Amino acid sequence: MIISEQKPLTEILKSLEGEQRIFLVGCKGCAEACHTGGEAQVLEMKNQLEGEGKTITGYSVIDFLCDKALVKFRLKAHEGDIISSDSLLVMTCGIGVQATSAVVDRVTHPACNTINAGGSRGEWRGDERCLECGECLLDYTGGICPLTACTKSLINGPCGGAMNGKCEFEGDTRDCGWHLIYERLKKLDHLDRMRIVLQPKDFSKMRPPAHLRNTIMWALERKEKEVPAK
Amino acid sequence: MNIAERAKSGKFVITAEVGPPKGVDIGEMLKDADLMNGRVDAINVTDQQSSVMRLGSLATCHLLKERGIEPVFQVTCRDRNRIALQSDLLSAYVLGVENVLCLTGDFVALGDHPQAKGVFDLDSVSLLLTAKELENGRDLSGKELQGSPRFCLGAVVTPGADPLEPQIIKMEKKVKAGAQFFQTQAVYEPEKFAEFMKAVEYLNVPVMVGIVLLRSAGMARFMNKNVAGVHVPESLIEEMDKAENRAQKSVEIAARLIQEMKSLCQGVHIMAIGWEKRVPEVLDAAGL
Repeated sequence: MIISEQKPLTEILKSLEGEQRIFLVGCKGCAEACHTGGEAQVLEMKNQLEGEGKTITGYSVIDFLCDKALVKFRLKAHEGDIISSDSLLVMTCGIGVQATSAVVDRVTHPACNTINAGGSRGEWRGDERCLECGECLLDYTGGICPLTACTKSLINGPCGGAMNGKCEFEGDTRDCGWHLIYERLKKLDHLDRMRIVLQPKDFSKMRPPAHLRNTIMWALERKEKEVPAK
Repeated sequence: MNIAERAKSGKFVITAEVGPPKGVDIGEMLKDADLMNGRVDAINVTDQQSSVMRLGSLATCHLLKERGIEPVFQVTCRDRNRIALQSDLLSAYVLGVENVLCLTGDFVALGDHPQAKGVFDLDSVSLLLTAKELENGRDLSGKELQGSPRFCLGAVVTPGADPLEPQIIKMEKKVKAGAQFFQTQAVYEPEKFAEFMKAVEYLNVPVMVGIVLLRSAGMARFMNKNVAGVHVPESLIEEMDKAENRAQKSVEIAARLIQEMKSLCQGVHIMAIGWEKRVPEVLDAAGL
């Protein structure tokens, strides 16, 4: 399971600045289990944002947002609402945000930070990868993760090594992540996002926090190790 | 006078570079540096260039400083986390090394230790922010320093990148983060460089055009195929191909490029890559 926690409302509102019409996307997988993006949290978010004067054009809670084909299929039913929206707020892990971004030509904002669960993985079927960094940057990068799409995990723009949109390393098979981000932001008319100078990342947020290590799953793992091997 | 001060005073700034050896035989490198001394304002020292393990940049900068040569300490984010980078910046300052060129660094797997773990804890932009923070008397975690350093911070840009816009956006971020001068990737097309300089005029920061000495037509073709943002026009390749004396031709082309671009920018950065001995000839031919 992929662990996520909701970003503070102030941060979410800041990312929605200048945008009025918002479409909400939730996930019935891990995010529902974490109480960060299930139907209940989506409706709660709807109320909160409406309280802040935003218009919620609609919402969709999809079984597994990491399943890009499913996301595309399910959002098709909301095409009109989405086209009339300024952006989408996606309440799930970094993979779900990227999968949504990959199938919808609208700005997608992450509503959650994905927290490292100590190596456990959810299921994913596409190119989208999440490093569970605990400090989601997808809002700045057009819904493409710079930590996983860029070979060097650069967060402030491309290095000088890319050629024809390909990475300096294994360029025959590897896209330059920042070329993808640039093209995406240009398409969304959001290159202003790329001009923001990002401070060094806080990598301590990648470590599983104490409250996670106190869950029954962690306790079980420890227990197993304590049983002597025969 | 550091590089930014020189540029500000209206002087055309000239820098070259040396690459530390793989090993401890420093005689050749120091001889090269001595040969260029007096003709250039400063000499860059590369930091494990192309991700190949070598003698360190900081130690070499110190050696140059001892010989009365103004060094430019190249620092990449590839091999050190923020603790080591900050420490090395402080070390540079106490050794009298003021000019620091902040780079991302090539990917680890491109060098001679592909097994190594790449670091990239910081990037070129946040490395500049970090150096500024140290100048302000604090480290990255906000702790107060006992005495703060002063640097002349530089960065790099690739004028021939395609597309160019992301490069310029990043250059803008580097200026915002504290870059006081720029040295560029090799340029062989003065017209394109003129367009680039026009596009970055709003940044109001000194730019030193990068010149890499062509050693052969083969090298030019290799760079066109493998080095991002570098394009040697067919006419220059042909000139090299036909030249009877390649070294002489190389010097002639470099000097011509400098003359053509001198009025467009604030300085020149000559990367001789093994032909350091010819740098004075290039400067003579360029009238510098």
